[in-house]
Amino acid sequence: MGAQDLAGRGGGARDNSAHVRTLRNRNIRNGLLFIAPNFIGFLVLILIPVVTLFYTSFTKWSALGEPSFNGLANWRRLFADENFKTATLNTLYYAAVHIPLTLALAFGLAVLLNAKIRGRAFFRTVAFFPYITAIVAVAQVWSMMFDPKSGLINQFLGLFVDDLPGWLSSTSWAMPAVIIVGTWREVGYFMILLLAGLQTIPAELYEAAQVDGANGWQRFWHVTVPCMWPTLFFVTVTLTITSLKILDLTLVMTNGGPGISTLVLAQYVYRVAFERADFGYASTVSLMLFFICLAVTMLQFWINNRRERA
Amino acid sequence: MDGTRVSGRAVGRAVGRVAGYAAMAVVCAFILLPFVWMVLSSLKPNNEVFMVPVRWLPSTWHWEHYAQIWTKADMGTWLLNTVFFAVVVMLLQVATGSFAAYGFSKIAFPGRNTLFLVYVATMAVPWQAYMIPQFKMLSVIGLNDTRWSIILLQAFGAFGVFMMKQFYDTIPDELAEAARLDGMSEFGIWARIIVPLSGPSIAALAIITFTNTWNDYMGPLLYLRSPDLYTIQLGLKTFISQYDADYAMIMTGSVLSVLPILVVFLLGQKQFIEGIATSGMKG
Repeated sequence: MGAQDLAGRGGGARDNSAHVRTLRNRNIRNGLLFIAPNFIGFLVLILIPVVTLFYTSFTKWSALGEPSFNGLANWRRLFADENFKTATLNTLYYAAVHIPLTLALAFGLAVLLNAKIRGRAFFRTVAFFPYITAIVAVAQVWSMMFDPKSGLINQFLGLFVDDLPGWLSSTSWAMPAVIIVGTWREVGYFMILLLAGLQTIPAELYEAAQVDGANGWQRFWHVTVPCMWPTLFFVTVTLTITSLKILDLTLVMTNGGPGISTLVLAQYVYRVAFERADFGYASTVSLMLFFICLAVTMLQFWINNRRERA
Repeated sequence: MDGTRVSGRAVGRAVGRVAGYAAMAVVCAFILLPFVWMVLSSLKPNNEVFMVPVRWLPSTWHWEHYAQIWTKADMGTWLLNTVFFAVVVMLLQVATGSFAAYGFSKIAFPGRNTLFLVYVATMAVPWQAYMIPQFKMLSVIGLNDTRWSIILLQAFGAFGVFMMKQFYDTIPDELAEAARLDGMSEFGIWARIIVPLSGPSIAALAIITFTNTWNDYMGPLLYLRSPDLYTIQLGLKTFISQYDADYAMIMTGSVLSVLPILVVFLLGQKQFIEGIATSGMKG
């Protein structure tokens, strides 16, 4: 008890270095004890697989047996692989449309909800429904609504245009359909994150801007946006990673089709590994997915730092 | 302001307000439409699901679909399995997560910041990137196609530790210090001081974990082969491919797969949303 007391005050007394050491040792022991149950699981199930990936991407590894080192063969194959190229382009296509669309909608809705309007709590709840709904049901309902002939969506569009999109049965319209569902699903989640950020902006800033004669639009660009920059940055990073790793939505809704028009990187990993049992090459594709996520995140951090320094 | 002369600014504000409500109503309709259509379709005779022009309300209401589906599909087993997984994972995640978070937040030991950084860093690595070595590893030790695979897969995520630590950091260290001076053990401090104070965040973590496990499709798809282990997501997917023209029945199954989580969400939405907002924010 005394030891803790002295150590707690920074240990200025003559003979307490031994006490400090005992306290330190006890803290190490206790700290590790508390962390252990989670850490052991985390180490075995997440950390080790992540590290292993770096090795297995240089191996030949089939359904049975051990991985055997095969040098750069997988990597040579990767850069000549047309399917990999298409999957990468499809993933980037999805990300390039999904990210700005979701961000704009989520931000717009968050600003709207931040105003004191009626029905706000109700709307916040409703906006979250798609996010907590399981993908199988979501994909099924939307597939049926996207039916080119008798689906709800084309029946509605048919009121205005004659040339109706084929949605999931067309190679050029399947990806837009996937993007619509992806956006529908995630907009509520990102809206909540942005709304939490908006609520931290002090009301005085808006009042001061109003006194200076700024209109609503000016207040938005000169108060809301600068204050929201850290939140927007965080949300953009999260949204980017979510978009790049997209898997279950396309797997259930289109299974990569028609053809390979909606085959994304993560699904290509799944295909190579679980449909062709080529685990070595699948590791190589996974590692590329990992590097792409890492590169994009680092780029975003770099842009953010430059902006903050400017 | 007197009622006869309304200033331009007030008119502008009123227009803005109406536009805001209109935008909200449109978005609301867009978000809810698939749900409404799903429920209505589940109650229609099968040939009315895809009618041109669309027929919103069933000509006769087929509530019996909700009774028939239990015999047509193995719904009972799937739901029971899913509840089992969701509850076990939830308990493990909450217990180990809050335990580890206490270590990271309230016990000062050398290296804890580095260790925590490792946790946070792996949160950014998509599961899709390491699902293969993980799968092979669990298969090698014979856990493929067992209940263990799903439990282990979900129970030790970094998210729980991260979220609980965010919360514990807001509890003053003096509380733990004072209890230490009184001779309370670290476990006692965790159990009798910290946990009782963290009800809302434990509830948030519990609900989020429950929902994630309930909704997980990829885990069961990769690991579970025996139909008697199927979760509701995997079961529903096989049901859809078996009865691929039985649209009304497919929608009935979909409603049943979604309903329990919707109820859980509505009961705990305050915790759910706050949990997401705070743990998302401070990253």
